[in-house]
Amino acid sequence: MSGPSSSPTRPPKVAPTGSAAIEVSHLTKSFGTRTAVADVSFSVAQGEVFGFLGPNGAGKTTTVRILGTLIAPTAGSAVVAGLPLDPANAEEIRQRISIMPEAPGLYRRLTVTENLEYFARLYGLPRREQRIAEALAAVGLTDRAHDFAGNLSKGLRQRAALARTLLNDPQVMFLDEPTSGLDPVAAHDVNVLLTALRDRGVTVFLTTHRLDEAERLCDRVAIMNTHLLTIGRPDELRQTLFNRSLAISTAAPLAHPDQVFAGLPAVQGWQATDPGTPAGYLVTVSDPAKAAPAVTRALVAAGADVLSIAESKYTLEDVYLELVEDSEGQTE
Amino acid sequence: MSTDTMSMSATRIGAVIRKELAEFRRNRFILVTASILPLIFLISPTAQILAIKASAVSTVLQRRVETGLFLPLLIPVFVPSILSAYAVVGEREQGTLEPVLTTPISRVEFLLGKAAAIFVPAIGVSYLIFGVFVAITQFAAQSAVATAVLHAPQLPAALIFIPLLAAWAIWVGLAISARSSDTRVAQQLSILASLPPVAVTALMSFNVISPTLIVVAAFGGGLLVIDCLACFAVARVFDRERLITGTKPTSGSYRVRGAS
Repeated sequence: MSGPSSSPTRPPKVAPTGSAAIEVSHLTKSFGTRTAVADVSFSVAQGEVFGFLGPNGAGKTTTVRILGTLIAPTAGSAVVAGLPLDPANAEEIRQRISIMPEAPGLYRRLTVTENLEYFARLYGLPRREQRIAEALAAVGLTDRAHDFAGNLSKGLRQRAALARTLLNDPQVMFLDEPTSGLDPVAAHDVNVLLTALRDRGVTVFLTTHRLDEAERLCDRVAIMNTHLLTIGRPDELRQTLFNRSLAISTAAPLAHPDQVFAGLPAVQGWQATDPGTPAGYLVTVSDPAKAAPAVTRALVAAGADVLSIAESKYTLEDVYLELVEDSEGQTE
Repeated sequence: MSTDTMSMSATRIGAVIRKELAEFRRNRFILVTASILPLIFLISPTAQILAIKASAVSTVLQRRVETGLFLPLLIPVFVPSILSAYAVVGEREQGTLEPVLTTPISRVEFLLGKAAAIFVPAIGVSYLIFGVFVAITQFAAQSAVATAVLHAPQLPAALIFIPLLAAWAIWVGLAISARSSDTRVAQQLSILASLPPVAVTALMSFNVISPTLIVVAAFGGGLLVIDCLACFAVARVFDRERLITGTKPTSGSYRVRGAS
């Protein structure tokens, strides 16, 4: 796969501030008596990589299908690629976006090039050969261009499907599990490609179960379970959901931990981290930089042998599990 | 979304036709099915016609000529039925339908492309088989037989009915395919649903209804009208939401509460 060879991680994660590529307002979709999407509202800025997370059956794919004009909402409205979601705009919206469903959906008896040529014609693209060559090069499939799709491995079929979504140079790309079934190298390559697309100003709406991937790639994420549970930058979500804390490990249990941690600056409370290991403590703090030196000094003064002291790192997975389990608990 | 408000694109229709034909060419099952049936409907009546002796009574001759001219009429029914019944539900089962429906193609373009890709080879094969049958009778059969075939009123009638029967079979097959969730069921239902016009054709072929010019024109015109109506009916039952989710759409358009 061509493209930058650096890690797809973008250190300074700043949510793009451009105008909205997608605006969703009170979107609801019911299938009979079952509600798949309930009153969901959010917006995605142009050039943003937006992660859409949730458990199976949470309504992610239904939302993508509604925004892709494949199915009609029961209620609510949306603007996609600058156009209101409306039957009159359906063709133009589909011209401006591309959707990669979870299954690659390639014609197995056609070659990779023939598959792409079919879609290039459906989009009415000029310079088809050049577009196809560029798309294949972007996903690293140039040398397999004339292979039958049915002869490709799952990972290569996934790449071919990704090439298909690049053909029409979309303003908004909806990708449903684009790295599903890919080996780590291929998944990394896809992530590099997504980063490159984002840098070109393409809005990427990414549905994924790989939370590490979402955390690395996405400017913002939304977590839903039929209704929207939360939305924001991954670091914001961590801070909102979890108290900041210091994880401390000592060689032996403290005799009077209450006395050690009491009254220290920026320290709000403490607890033993694991009942099986009494020498581990989690100290809730308002400011780790201020609290850590004071806690260290207090431990030393109490005669404790400090093995480690570090700020606790919560991942997007922690946020996800906390919210989804909470939401499922409420449902039950 | 159930409404197509776009103009028709020949490029998109052509794309579907090209893709379908490429898939037909590479699918051995389709090639074998589409070849064996016409060959049977050619060999069987031809053998019967060639076996007629010069001394055969006229009723035997007439019966065999009628059969010989009727059996090839089943080709434009059975072959398109099988192919069109697969056209939508087959793509759905393969997972190729959803990516296509995410493109700007309209349902009418998609269906016209599918129909044309089946119609052209189906009537091509039908006319070819008919031509070969008539040619063999003219060169190899007894002269009385050759004359009977060439002057049978069923011959021009059959030539008119071939495309009309094929169109009927295709639209019925596509309609069933668009509503079915299983390819095998779709193919069986499609063949059954294609038979009513064949029954009327059979009555003419076997002279139960005399195939006069007026009768043929009336039946042909009626079938043409039905074919056109069927085209619109198929477009109505082809619903993106039902095809993708497998459920009946809860709202037919984007005229929704709260929509601006």
